[in-house]
Formats: sequence, structure tokens, C-alpha cells
Amino acid sequence: MEQTITLQVQRYIPEQYPEPYFQSYEVPLRKKWVILDALNYIKDEIDGTLTYRWSCRMGVCGSCGMMVNDRPALTCATFLEEYAPGPVRITPLDYFGIIRDLVVNTDDFMGKLKRAQPWLITDEAKPLSEGAYKQTPQEKAEYEQYSMCINCMLCYSACPVVGLEPDFVGPAAIALAQRYNYDSRDEGEDQRNEELTGEGGIYSCTLVGECSEVCPKAVDPAGAIQRYKATGAVEWWQSVLMPWKGKS
Amino acid sequence: MARYGPKEHDVLIVGGGAAGLRASIAITENHPELSVAVISKVYPMRSHTVSAEGGAAAVIKDDDSLDDHAYDTISGADWLCDQDAVEAFVKEAPEELLQLEHWGCPWNREEDGNIAVRSFGGMKIKRTWFAADKTGFHLLHTLFQTSMKYDPIQRYDEFFVTRLVVEDGRCQGVIAIELATGKLEFIAARSVILCTGGCGKIFPFTTNANIKSGDGMALAYRAGVPLKDMEFVQYHPTGLPFTGILITEAARAEGGFLLNKEGYRYLQDYDLGEPKPYPVLRSMELGPRDRLSQAFEKEKEKGRTIEGPYGDYVHLDLKHLGERKIDEKIPFVRELCRKYENLDPAKEMIPVRPVVHYVMGGVHTDINGATPIEGLYSAGEAACVSINGANRLGSNSLTECLVFGARAGKAAAEYAAGKKKFSDGLEKIVSDEGKRIERMFFSEHGDQSESIAGIRKEMHQAMEDGAGIYRTEDSLKSSEKTIKELQERLHRISIQDHSYTFNTELTSAFELSYMLDVAEAIIRSALQRTESRGSHQRKDYPERDDEQFLSHSLAYQTGDGTPRVEYQPVTITRWPPGERKYGQ
Repeated sequence: MEQTITLQVQRYIPEQYPEPYFQSYEVPLRKKWVILDALNYIKDEIDGTLTYRWSCRMGVCGSCGMMVNDRPALTCATFLEEYAPGPVRITPLDYFGIIRDLVVNTDDFMGKLKRAQPWLITDEAKPLSEGAYKQTPQEKAEYEQYSMCINCMLCYSACPVVGLEPDFVGPAAIALAQRYNYDSRDEGEDQRNEELTGEGGIYSCTLVGECSEVCPKAVDPAGAIQRYKATGAVEWWQSVLMPWKGKS
Repeated sequence: MARYGPKEHDVLIVGGGAAGLRASIAITENHPELSVAVISKVYPMRSHTVSAEGGAAAVIKDDDSLDDHAYDTISGADWLCDQDAVEAFVKEAPEELLQLEHWGCPWNREEDGNIAVRSFGGMKIKRTWFAADKTGFHLLHTLFQTSMKYDPIQRYDEFFVTRLVVEDGRCQGVIAIELATGKLEFIAARSVILCTGGCGKIFPFTTNANIKSGDGMALAYRAGVPLKDMEFVQYHPTGLPFTGILITEAARAEGGFLLNKEGYRYLQDYDLGEPKPYPVLRSMELGPRDRLSQAFEKEKEKGRTIEGPYGDYVHLDLKHLGERKIDEKIPFVRELCRKYENLDPAKEMIPVRPVVHYVMGGVHTDINGATPIEGLYSAGEAACVSINGANRLGSNSLTECLVFGARAGKAAAEYAAGKKKFSDGLEKIVSDEGKRIERMFFSEHGDQSESIAGIRKEMHQAMEDGAGIYRTEDSLKSSEKTIKELQERLHRISIQDHSYTFNTELTSAFELSYMLDVAEAIIRSALQRTESRGSHQRKDYPERDDEQFLSHSLAYQTGDGTPRVEYQPVTITRWPPGERKYGQ
């Protein structure tokens, strides 16, 4: 007999049931299976109505984040065996509205990404005819880590501030702002500061650090926020003590 | 006043991967007055471009030339590509990659700060730009983030397109389901660009993401556009067994070896050159993908591959590269091996086998992405221009998305700028489409014994058995019969999920119906091409036959389930067909 494991999956189908509920499914406990394989097994073999997002199954598209036993995880990069003998509890990412079953509403997150102004800002556009910007490997290394974010949103589910303060721009968006701020080609730091040092910006962060703990790509948003606060504070003092700075 | 309300656009792009996003920016930069929208079944940054690893080709170094890039592309394609398209492609490629650099793409650099390039399979000179081994990821995120600064680009995220609206001989929009609400909507557009990617999910073992179900190909095919060169399906030689996760060609470009079960570099037995301890361009492990995948099959026949629980495999050995080089040049390879195979490539060999990776064929377009239907365009893997012919050169696909995404965007914008009037009464197509969907997938008399997963599995089996690396008339005919039966059975299905909210069972059924239509085109085109060329290998016709088949196949959907295949000659400009020589 093949070994099995029980998945307790949170369901929510708004037109049919007013509240979320749990449904248990027994699935084979196979070597090499990730949690996502077990969900696909349920959808294919047991219950076609179970609903979740997924795509690449190699930890780079960022679609399949869920809470696994109350911890945010990429289900395509989390082995089922680690949870033996079970049961394993699968719920949608915390602090997001639920659309259905394990699918959460990401509209708000998309808006926050845009608040970071994640594009290269320059005082003057460099024409293509002038060729590429120079950027040494050391200069690239300055921002590289922050460019690795796959927008999986696990850090938002891990962050208690996101839960308490819905306007908080959040770890991934701040790391993304830093990705451009530290890019030697970029001149948009002041513009981003205006947005990110204001309401719901970096000062909402209370240094819990869970965002970096759960990040599947080692982006270290907590470190990005710390670095931001350091510059943000300097700039605030500069604006008070040296109001002429930046106005020349 | 917009006749069809707020959901009316000048240009609508279906698909938010590299080609689609590049098109959207090209449109808004060249025609800021036009209304442009991107509709996608996933958020754009989830698109499969994100999984591309190795790099993007474009001539930038002094020792390289456009002619060299063209020749590598054309010989790699076994002369089946259109050389005017290839010449335009190699010429525009450097500017496109440079544009990405100006938008912030973190290309790898040399010590002095210049762009770095690496070698790739089938190339005689190093010309692949790369962002470690996450090139597609960085390229897609750069494009997506840059697209956010253009307010005119509207997005329909998580809308699933069920059909194209073609009236009076023109494409005038699409019908789509808004996934969050289940609402069926008509989105009007003066021109539509299909950038929906490939269809690798037709096969059981593929590097492709779940979303790659040939949607745009099937939509165009159903609307009367032929699918071109569909018999050409590329197997990448190095995928991880079980998961099909890609181990990039860059691993071999950096010096990796392919070893059979005796630890022997078997490629030397297949006309691919002499083994050297270092990587040699256009030789051995840096031969073209089709030849390497075929060599694996031959090794398997000789019993020199290793048996595993998920099929036979060989070894990719990177140990001698050392930890430092692996971390610097191919860190994602190490991450993927550790996460999914529980091994460290700096210390152990990686099990690999050929895996379906890319389709050279696609929606028939001209050099500007225009299809035979007025107002309908296509770019990226969904399209076939063709620059890929019978076998795509590694690292040309990302560049193709940019070059032809921009071209299709400009052409579609120019056409839309003519502001042709929409036809009358298009909105009523929505209610017809609603009824069609009810009939197709929610029949009360549905056969409860049929399931989406069951039919999908049988399709996978038929494609692997009949239309894999080596094909014969018998194998293809048997698969063709199966696919026809599956199409009929899919119409008898009845979906369990009756919710309007994010109904992924319904979208899976649609995707399966798309895949079956594209599968019929692949098989029929393969049956009628009685020669072997590039990735299309017929055991019963082992030779290339330029006299009969130096031409593109064009598969048209007919009412009876068997497509009609016509042929169009290949455009030759400066490189007459020759022998494909590697390892010299």
C-alpha cells in the first residue's frame, strides 16, 4: 500500500458558502513531490473545483505562494515529505482578501509595486546611439540582491505591520525601490524618497525581520528597509539643518 | 465617444510576456494618442518568459558580425527560415538589447563595465548577453516595471480569452472571461496582437510552465489563420528527470560535459567534433539542440543511457568548473539542482534527459507580425515569422520576442491609427459565446466518466509516442486517430465546478481544447513532411529533401478534424542551402 498524507485545505466559494471552511483530502506521499504536486493531484483525481494559482513549478514565476501550516511558502518549492506524517494545513496567504479557495486578491499589492516607481529614472534620457551605460560588476553587485524579487508576496503575509496597517507599502515594494536606488544608472532616489518616507512608507516598519526569513530568493527586504531608513533619516536631518541642500 | 464603451481600444495585446510587453511600449512610445491594452490570463510577471535562463543573442563585440549571427541562425534552422526575416532580426537585435539596458536590465558585465557575452550552442562566436542564468526573469521584470511608467498602457490581468472577434474580414477584438467574477466580456480593438507563447504543455515532459497551452495559436487557427511549420518541436537536451526543469545550455557553454553511463562523452560519436577539455564553439556539447537530443535517443537505443524511475537519462558533469564559477555564472542551476534534485552540481553529476522546450512553428505572420487576417498580428513564440525554421538557435528566442514584439506593435499601431469603424452589433457575440460555453463544457447530459485530467493524459501519451524526437508514418497516424477521438470526447465533458468565481476547471477545459487543436496541426504537418530536417526526424524518410520540402507548411483548420496543409517557399537571400557542419 502506498503511503498517504492528509491535506486540510481551506475552501471558500463566495456564491455557495458565506464563510471559509476546511476540506480534507488524502493524497499519496510520494518522494520528490512538492506541496503543489499534491494540490494538482487533488484537482486532477479527486476534486476539480479546488482553486489555486500556479504556473512555472520551478520557483521563479511567483504564483503559488500559500500558507503551509501557517507559514508563508512557495508550494512548488516545498517538499511534501517534510510534513510527514501530516496532516498539512494549506490556507491562502495571510492579510490578503480571498477571491476563492487559495486565490487571494493581489490588486492592492500591484498598486504598492507601482508606488515604488520601479523603473530607471534619469535627469536626461540617454540616446541609444550613445551605447550602453558602463556598470562594473561591483556596481552591479550593489543592487543585484534586491533585483531578485519574484513578487511572490510571502513577505507581506509574514509581516505583522501589513496586517495592522493596510496602507503600509510593504517589504517587496521597498526592496524594489532600493533595487533602482542603488543602480549606478539611476537618478530617481529623491523622487522615490518622497513617496516612501511618507504615510505608509518605511517608517511603518517595526523591524520584525520575518520578511527576510520567508523570502525564497534571499532578497532580504528587511536589510533593504534598514538601509533605506539610514538614508531617509540623514535626508530628513539634512532638510531641517541644511534647507538649501538640493535646491542649488 | 467610444462605440463599445470603456472596453474599446485601438490596439489590444493578448499575453503579457516579453513580446507582449515590448509591443505595448513600442505602441505607446510611437503613438501616444492610441489607446493600448494588455490582456493576460496571468499577471504579466508570471508569464513564461520568466523561466528563460541562458541569455539573449545580439552582435555587439568587434570580433562578431551580423552575417555570422545570420549564418548561425540559418544553419541552425536547417535552412528552413526566411532569410529576409533573419537579416532584419540580426540587424535590430543589438538595439533591442541595448534598449533593455537603458531600461535597467541587469546584464552581466566585464570588469571594465562593458556588456559581457557568453557562448551558446550552435554559435561560432560568443554573442549571448546574459543576466547570470536568470535572463528571462530579469528581462521580463525590467519590461513589466518599465511598462508601469506608461499610464496609457491599460491592463486586463487574469482575463482568459475564449475567442477572437472577426467580422467583415477584420479582427475587431476578443471575448474574454474575467476570472475573478466569471463575467464574459467583449473587448473591442481595432487591432489585436497575439503574444501568448508556445504550446509545450501538449507534451508530457516539458520545460514549459502550466500556462503554455497554445491559446493564441488555437484562437488564430480557429479564426482561419494557418499555423506554420508546426511539425518542428524543439527538445532541449538537458532537462531534469521527473520535473522537466531546464538546466540551461549556459551550463555547457561554461564547460559542462555530457556523459553516458560509461562516463564517456558520447557526442563525439555523432559527427559533432572531437572532445576537448574546454568548450569549443559549434562543437560537442555546444552543438545545436536538435542534434544533441537525437544523439541521446541513439545512445538510448544502444543501451548506453542510465535507467531511472522517470525514464532514461545521462549525466551533465559540471564538477570540474568549481564552486566559484558555478556561483558566478550559473547560480540558478545550482539552486534548482539543490532544491529539486537534492544534489550539488559542484560535487555531483546532474541527471538530464531531452525535454520539450520550444515550438518553432506558430501563427503564420509576415516580417511585421501581420497575419493573413486584417487587424490580427502575432509575435514571440506564438508566432512563426519565421527565423527559427526547423530548429531554433539557443538564445534567439528572447531577442525574437523583443525585435518582433516591437515590429508587430508598430505595425498594429499604424493599422489602428487608420481608425476604421467597428462593425455593427459586435456586442451580441458575447451572448452567443456564453451559450457556446454552456453547450461545450456544462452539458446536462455530460459523460461523468470523462475528466479533463484523463483526456489530457491520453493526449500526452499520444504526442510522446507518435510525435516525439523520432517519428514514423505509423506512429503519427495512430496519434492522429487518438487526438480526433479525444476532441470528440472533450465535447462530452461536464465540468463539476459551476462557480463563476475564478473557475480554473473551466479554463483548464478551454486550454485542453486549444492544445488538442494545436496537436492536430503538429501531427498532420509532420505526417505530410516526408523528409527529415532539423528537429523533425522521420525514421521512414531519414534524408533532407530540398527539392520538395524547402518550404513552410501551412496548416488550415477544416471542419472535419483533419487540417489541410499547403506549402510556401522559403525565402533565400544570400545563404543557399548547404550541409550543417558542426565540430570543425
